[in-house]
Amino acid sequence: MPFNRKDLLGIRELSVEEINTILDTAESFKEVSARAIKKVPALRGKTVINLFFEASTRTRTSFEIAAKRLSADAVNISASGSSVSKGESLVDTAQNLQAMAPDAIVIRHPSPGVPHQLARMVSASIINGGDGAHEHPTQALLDAFTIREHKGRIAGLQVAIVGDIMHSRVARSNAHLLTRLGAHVRIGGPRTLIPIGYDKLIENSEGSLTVCDHIDEAIAGSDVVMMLRIQRERMTDAFFPSLKEYSVQYGLTLRRLELAAGDCIVMHPGPINRGIEISSEVVDSARSLILDQVTNGVAVRMAILFLLIGTEGQ
Amino acid sequence: MKILIKGGRVIDPSQQIDREADLLIEDGRVASLLEDPHGDDFRSDGAEVIDATGLIVAPGFIDLHVHLREPGEEYKETIASGAAAAVAGGFTSICAMPNTKPVNDNASVTRFIIDKAREARLARVYPVGAITRESKGEELAEMAEMKDAGAVAVSDDGRPVMDSQVMRHAMEYARDHGLVVVDHCQDLHLAAGGVMNEGRYSTLLGLKGMSRAAEDSHVARDIMLAELTGARIHIAHISTVGSVEMVRRAKKQGTAVTCEVTPHHLALTDAAVVGFDTNTKMSPPLRSEEDRTALMEGVRDGTIDAIATDHAPHHLDEKMLEYDLAPSGVVGLETALGLTLTVLRHSGNVSLSRIIEMLTIGAARAFSLPGGTLAVGSPADIALIDPGREWTVEPQRFKSKSRNTPFAGWKLRGQVVETLVDGRRMIRDE
Repeated sequence: MPFNRKDLLGIRELSVEEINTILDTAESFKEVSARAIKKVPALRGKTVINLFFEASTRTRTSFEIAAKRLSADAVNISASGSSVSKGESLVDTAQNLQAMAPDAIVIRHPSPGVPHQLARMVSASIINGGDGAHEHPTQALLDAFTIREHKGRIAGLQVAIVGDIMHSRVARSNAHLLTRLGAHVRIGGPRTLIPIGYDKLIENSEGSLTVCDHIDEAIAGSDVVMMLRIQRERMTDAFFPSLKEYSVQYGLTLRRLELAAGDCIVMHPGPINRGIEISSEVVDSARSLILDQVTNGVAVRMAILFLLIGTEGQ
Repeated sequence: MKILIKGGRVIDPSQQIDREADLLIEDGRVASLLEDPHGDDFRSDGAEVIDATGLIVAPGFIDLHVHLREPGEEYKETIASGAAAAVAGGFTSICAMPNTKPVNDNASVTRFIIDKAREARLARVYPVGAITRESKGEELAEMAEMKDAGAVAVSDDGRPVMDSQVMRHAMEYARDHGLVVVDHCQDLHLAAGGVMNEGRYSTLLGLKGMSRAAEDSHVARDIMLAELTGARIHIAHISTVGSVEMVRRAKKQGTAVTCEVTPHHLALTDAAVVGFDTNTKMSPPLRSEEDRTALMEGVRDGTIDAIATDHAPHHLDEKMLEYDLAPSGVVGLETALGLTLTVLRHSGNVSLSRIIEMLTIGAARAFSLPGGTLAVGSPADIALIDPGREWTVEPQRFKSKSRNTPFAGWKLRGQVVETLVDGRRMIRDE
């Protein structure tokens, strides 16, 4: 199955075939990370720039390792703050990077749409490493990969996504991806953190997307429960009264998890707040796949880099 | 000095005229409508003839809502460049919003604007003064002095007065001085941080939304205050189902409220934001299809008085930013007629005379401005329109200093081919 895209900007634009191509390719790359010499020459001579305008350890490192295991040269640029505070505009950043002739640029930025704007300005492949509350396609792909690995399928599964839906690019990308592959996604969280019209988010989907009135309703009978990080500053913006109340009302505990299917798996894109959106007992339980997600992230990102800039992938 | 505009279809909604006639201009004023277009009327002897065969002859357009950026941000627009854009789009009168740097909150700024406009000798420029000092929403600006200097209305456009008591006093005081209070209706708390309409598309794009309730609740407040104070109010760039309905109801009850709509809110919805083109960012934001439909209905049933562009020039560099950081606003003077004819006439089946009414006498009445009519004796402010001509929007050809339009490359039907102000020919078809 060919993959004829210059960029990976979001899940929304991807077909089922393209998603499956990425997941299947990732499967063949996963084995590389288990070798004694964790390197293949697939992207030798290629340059990947990680351009991060937001703090990130997991995603940036994951991309860096993915590039290096494919023998590409990886360069990290951490630019804190926006182009405005830095004094350089987006177009100038783009032109400067382009002048160094990279093959791919992984960008994370707090403003939605920056990867799309950048993609119009440069000829390098742009990979969206998270743009504001818009999309985080590589995270959704690694989540789908992890679910598929453990459940053998995605179609027909009941998946609960719980927490700060409003500010979550992970939730949006997963809603697109999982429903497109036929899962039934239920959304739960405080009403203040669920944007209006969320249930109308998806299109061309085999599955369904439902916004639940109570998180227990979202979790009941679920095959997968995906918890989202809650950020402290949401409290001061009057989205909920206190972290203590949040953890009781919306946190995932072993007790609440009993509502889910017997073989339910628990996921979290990280970084986790132990004892707030998810209890330590759940994090450390056998049901938690949080570290598998991190492991799979490398394989999925190798697949994406390979498909976008590998010679055979083009 | 005589000019004869010959062979055109004269549409002047102020006099319910829509027929073929020749228009004679003498000494900068409308002298007469010659009812015998094929005869040779002696009154036109010696006149310069403009052949208007196949064209519509309309009163020059009036735009109640433009931002000319001078004083203070001349790199975006000047009074002269804005007035040049106006006449290029058929507008012979434009109302300049006060959010310049400094704010037009006193008579000296008002006079500066009028002097600059006089020097430019293009469109007439009517300054709109601020409601409060520096548009901070706290103390009233010197409205009466601004009026004496030539201001035609007051507004804190872009920075709506949030304190309802201040707004109440502003309305009472403006009423004393015969000024219309114009409001950009938006509850700033409810809309805080928003960069587009709140709805399916803001959810999809992860951009912070501004709810329609932020506009509606402010419109409701203003209508109630207008009823309380007896002031005349004008709701700027109305954009929601709720606002249209409230204005409709208030008008039925006899409240002195008028409103305007922009061409971009009639032509586009928030679906246009997909792709993150910052030229789709404006305030109020592009709304949903449901809202657009309600605006079209408001145009048809007369709830909406005027088409105003909210011409808001921004430099290319400023718009080339992240979507949530880019400034709001689009230029509109040079695309207004083409868009309204394309969207309202050719797609929306609104009559030509209704469209011209909103661009001329409807606008004039809202602010009690002169003009908007071809009545004998009025200044010869005239727009000649080719209603069927197809053209492509090419921002690099704009007379405005700025290019921030979401309509680049659009094929429109209907174009202004000539504009006269005081009988002086401003632009000619090339």
